[in-house]
Amino acid sequence: MSVDKQTVRRIAKLARIALPDERVDPMVAELNGILGWIEQLQEVDVEGVEPMTSVVAQKLRLRDDVITAGGDATAIVANAPQTEDNFFVVPKVVE
Amino acid sequence: MIGLTDFTMAEARDALRARTVSASELTHAFISAIEGARCLNAFVTETPERALDMARQSDTRIARGDARPLEGLPLAIKDLFCTKGVRTTAGSKILNNFVPPYESTVSQNLWDAGAVMLGKTNMDEFAMGSSNETSHFGPVINPWRAGNSNRNLVPGGSSGGSAAAVAGQLCLAATGTDTGGSIRQPAAVSGIVGLKPTYGRCSRWGIVAFASSLDQAGPMTRTVRDAAILLRHMASVDEKDSTSVDVPVADYEEGLDGGVKGLRIGIPKEYRIDGAPPEIEALWHRGAEWLKGQGAEIVDVSLAHTKFALPAYYIVAPAEASSNLARYDGVRYGHRAANTHDLTDLYERSRAEGFGAEVRRRVLVGTYVLSAGYYDAYYVRAQKVRTLIKRDFEQAFETCDVLLTPATPGAAFAIGEKSDDPVSMYLNDVFTVPVNLAGLPAISVPAGLSETGLPLGLQVIGRAFDEATVLRAGRAIEVAAHFGATPKKWWAA
Repeated sequence: MSVDKQTVRRIAKLARIALPDERVDPMVAELNGILGWIEQLQEVDVEGVEPMTSVVAQKLRLRDDVITAGGDATAIVANAPQTEDNFFVVPKVVE
Repeated sequence: MIGLTDFTMAEARDALRARTVSASELTHAFISAIEGARCLNAFVTETPERALDMARQSDTRIARGDARPLEGLPLAIKDLFCTKGVRTTAGSKILNNFVPPYESTVSQNLWDAGAVMLGKTNMDEFAMGSSNETSHFGPVINPWRAGNSNRNLVPGGSSGGSAAAVAGQLCLAATGTDTGGSIRQPAAVSGIVGLKPTYGRCSRWGIVAFASSLDQAGPMTRTVRDAAILLRHMASVDEKDSTSVDVPVADYEEGLDGGVKGLRIGIPKEYRIDGAPPEIEALWHRGAEWLKGQGAEIVDVSLAHTKFALPAYYIVAPAEASSNLARYDGVRYGHRAANTHDLTDLYERSRAEGFGAEVRRRVLVGTYVLSAGYYDAYYVRAQKVRTLIKRDFEQAFETCDVLLTPATPGAAFAIGEKSDDPVSMYLNDVFTVPVNLAGLPAISVPAGLSETGLPLGLQVIGRAFDEATVLRAGRAIEVAAHFGATPKKWWAA
């Protein structure tokens, strides 16, 4: 399988990474280089093989559903590029 | 006379206990070494004041007979581990100014054991790379140079700063993380020991996530003994990481010199790859002879799906990365593009500006293989291949106790030599990636020098949670190899 320009633009949109027009062709080539190499997986007979879900056999632990942390809004917004009264600020979303 | 920075971690520990040196003296010596080696670019952030403060507290505890296991030992921390109040970048522009309000479990374990933090080491951006050239903060220079050459070489990656800091004697030991070889590959090409523990052995909490089903923290040290010591204090079961496993952590140092008599060493035939330099094959053969000479039994085994490990990895790892890196949105933390006209524009431009070329490429590959219509053909198939790879190892371990392989397909290469072709760069991890896919423990031990005088490593792979045997076999190689070589300190001239 290989990707074309339209697919690369669509993926970039899904990934929310701006891709300037002049970068589309080089990215098509780079991705096809990688995808072409990955293609060899098609040779493997995976009939009846379960996909791996956990690399180490273990049961996921459960804990009591209680609050263990939180209540520190100042620390949470401390690294935000723009805040106001402990809220994150973004461009206007609803007109 | 032996300088303070020449100590192995075990020697420094013993000297501190015997009070022939103080933690403050030791820390001062490493701070000076770091200042004198800035041209290596091993550190993103140096924390000398914090180090001296921690060292003074250690000296107080030692004086009152209250020393903890790692008391006063100066370490470097890969800049992927969140450190409370100390900038943590993951080698990325997008986290250029990120100061975590919390401490990773692994680093907290080390401070609780008395260790001293010298600073945060450089790394490939988000741990994606095998040469430390994708860092936003520039490449790290390997302390090693070939023969009489002045050419700068890469230290491997992604934990390249940690590898260079240990090899250049800028710290006693360092932490690394290994998703596809990022501890073992830089350790091998920098002439140090690197151990990737079993998946789940160390908590991932507070480590900036790359590929969550593969990421694992581990020690990077000068000796196998130091790796044994450090691993014990990094490892823990952690409520904050539900994939950390509740299996007892042993005193790995205790059984280290137990030898390999009667141990069955598997040699996987699929690790003989076309195009690998003959010196790699020779080193591998020599390693097997060393172990045989110490009473081990050499067994030929097959890991039939080895050649599919790298392509499977380059589906699984980017897929998980594209999901993990979705959090960098320019809103809650990290870089934010200026003058954006709406929220989508803010996301798209913040991420395009904040991520480097390799990270963008992998996020796009990951997004593609997870997208509607391709998920089964790529991602599910790769996870099935992963099951087969794990099964290969399980079958091999029916007839052997550990596996012996080369650690890398070659010695350190020059900066810029492999950066044009992503796939040729990916091939550096051909011997390390299968281990991550199967979640197993493995160590890289310096075992000899290449024709050009550069370090080469051998890898020992063990059963899940059998780090003790991996370390014991690693120690046997270390004893036989008499490696002991250190780079000339050309940067200090």
